[in-house]
Amino acid sequence: MTDVTTSPTDEPTRVIDTARPLTLMWWRFKKHKLALWSLYAIGFLYFVAAFAEFLAPYDPFKHSKLHAYVPPMSVHLFHEGEFIGPFVYGLDRKRDPETARLSFAEDTDKVLPIKFFHRGDSYHFWGLYETDLHLFGIEGGRRDRIYLLGSDSLGRDLLSRLIYGGRVTLSVGLIGVFFSFVIGITLGSIAGLVGGRVDAAIQRVAEFVRSIPTIPLWLGLAAALPIHWDPIFVYLLITVILALIGWTNLARVVRGHFMTIRNQDFVLAAQLSGAKPRRVVTRHMLPSMTSYVIAAVTLAIPEMILGETALSFLGLGLRPPVISWGVLLQDAQNLRSISLAPWLLAPGGAIVVTILAFNFLGDGLRDAADPYQK
Amino acid sequence: MLWFILKRILWSIPTMVLISIATFIIIQLPPGDYVTAYIAELEETGESISALEAEELRASFGLDRPLVVQYWDWISKIIFYGDFGLSLDWKLPVSDLLWDRIALTLMISTLSLLLTWIIAIPIGVYSATRQYSVFDYLFTVLGFLGRGIPDFLLALVLMWLGFAYFNFHVGGLFSPEYADAPWTFAKFWDLLAHLWVPVVVLATGGAAGLLRVMRANMLEELGKPYVETAYAQGMGEREVVWRYPVRVALNPFFSTVGWALPALISGDVITAVVLNLPTTGPLLLRALLNQDMYMAGGFILILSIFTIIGTLLSDILLTLTDPRIRHA
Repeated sequence: MTDVTTSPTDEPTRVIDTARPLTLMWWRFKKHKLALWSLYAIGFLYFVAAFAEFLAPYDPFKHSKLHAYVPPMSVHLFHEGEFIGPFVYGLDRKRDPETARLSFAEDTDKVLPIKFFHRGDSYHFWGLYETDLHLFGIEGGRRDRIYLLGSDSLGRDLLSRLIYGGRVTLSVGLIGVFFSFVIGITLGSIAGLVGGRVDAAIQRVAEFVRSIPTIPLWLGLAAALPIHWDPIFVYLLITVILALIGWTNLARVVRGHFMTIRNQDFVLAAQLSGAKPRRVVTRHMLPSMTSYVIAAVTLAIPEMILGETALSFLGLGLRPPVISWGVLLQDAQNLRSISLAPWLLAPGGAIVVTILAFNFLGDGLRDAADPYQK
Repeated sequence: MLWFILKRILWSIPTMVLISIATFIIIQLPPGDYVTAYIAELEETGESISALEAEELRASFGLDRPLVVQYWDWISKIIFYGDFGLSLDWKLPVSDLLWDRIALTLMISTLSLLLTWIIAIPIGVYSATRQYSVFDYLFTVLGFLGRGIPDFLLALVLMWLGFAYFNFHVGGLFSPEYADAPWTFAKFWDLLAHLWVPVVVLATGGAAGLLRVMRANMLEELGKPYVETAYAQGMGEREVVWRYPVRVALNPFFSTVGWALPALISGDVITAVVLNLPTTGPLLLRALLNQDMYMAGGFILILSIFTIIGTLLSDILLTLTDPRIRHA
């Protein structure tokens, strides 16, 4: 074999010349700082959701009559000028003699140190084995509890509920997107490959789904689910409903891409070298668009999360024994409870952070996936 | 040209038929019917109803006939007489309850659409012409925030802020004293004082998205040779920018009117529930929860039809404004 590629300057091979497409993509992605941070944030959120039992200080269903609407507690480090590590003060419960409304104040005599790797409520970790180890908790009497984000009307710890709720809300996004991904990529690739009448028909269906205002449609479909069904089953059906409406965008992306690469040289080359259609599609065409699909999927997840939240918030999605961010926000639905306990809006903050992070990540991925950018 | 518009209008007819069928299927989906819900309601108050009476009730509402017959009965009355049937829950004709609410929903959606444009176009143009300036960054951050905050959450937060810090009651469209009063200038003023909240809430999300589109389009257009030519001929910046690149960059606005409308109507439904507005949202929600099928069906149908008309209008607008599409 004659070596024709040796350059006259005898330059050593640079890493960039031999890097694989995914590596190049990763390098480009890393330059997008906001997207990189969003990736970390999303990783953190899913990590928290995965280890909810361990990270949440309490059982999310454990109520305490004495602790309704406790405002968020602040963590202190110094007690009377002396450093004693992180701790919270005990609660001083007072009832207003006129309005009979409960109010809580810090009882600065009572120091409740925060202890890490604390033994608290017992739980089945991932349904595997029983343990009672929590990341943190407080030492103190049976009645002393720590509420870093406050408590709800039944005295349940909002932080614990937020952590458990994240598990449901974040996974609805993933499962919903998985379903819509399956529908979208199948219909999209068929439309893009076959073209003609089939394409026109699929386009019509997509247009039809798009032209129905989503919320009324969601409401209609969600109202059709019987209330008495198993919450987990309802949860699955809700994701299917979200997917049935959400696939059109993905299908459009896939179809468009198939249309553009269908006549490109590398496809023609594969066909000319005798590859069967199936091989052309799976080995040559689909891999060329993985990055686009990943970006489209990332941008579709926040839509799903918003859908779940909105439905649950209206009482047509997931229902109370299940905890999700939308279900938690139901408590903050009216002015009275928000003005009494503004911290109940905290799940809203979590939703905004998640949606923004997914949007930035999706933007970053889309930019990184584009090989023609400067 | 005319042929294109005609073809486009004809295409929307099968879509409408499909929508009406889909609507009917949706309202039929919940197990049981209005009579089942009614019986459950009666049982809660301690009354009971015999199986025979239940059958008679069903027969009187026409619920015992085959689905196809029920569908034809429903849709033909709507088409030929504008009669949407009887709301089983309110014991009133649906059309009596429907139009007022639809009108308000459409008004709020249209106003929000206008506000979306009023916000997005100038800011998008500014951000593009002064790329990487302080205000460009500020608007970018605001734009991303607007995209990340769900409508109903924004409504909740505004409601809370208004209540807690400005002693202003956000919610509803009228103050209690004007709710049933006849239309006067004072009532109109009161309406405006309440109306801005839902309009702003609905406009933020859309404006945030369009802002990015406008900025990106403008940046692309500004780099093109024709802009340079215009400058070279001695035109001022303002004249060049607004006369040429803005017109091209505006295309996506027309092409997305059709999608913006369903999004706004959807947004209105949920925002209205939070803000307690007398628009379609709360009534639709209640109808669905009570399985008041003619009512729910009427709403979903009308909202969808308006959406299709919106898409149609945007397609026609697009052909009118963009010669490239007109002559394609």
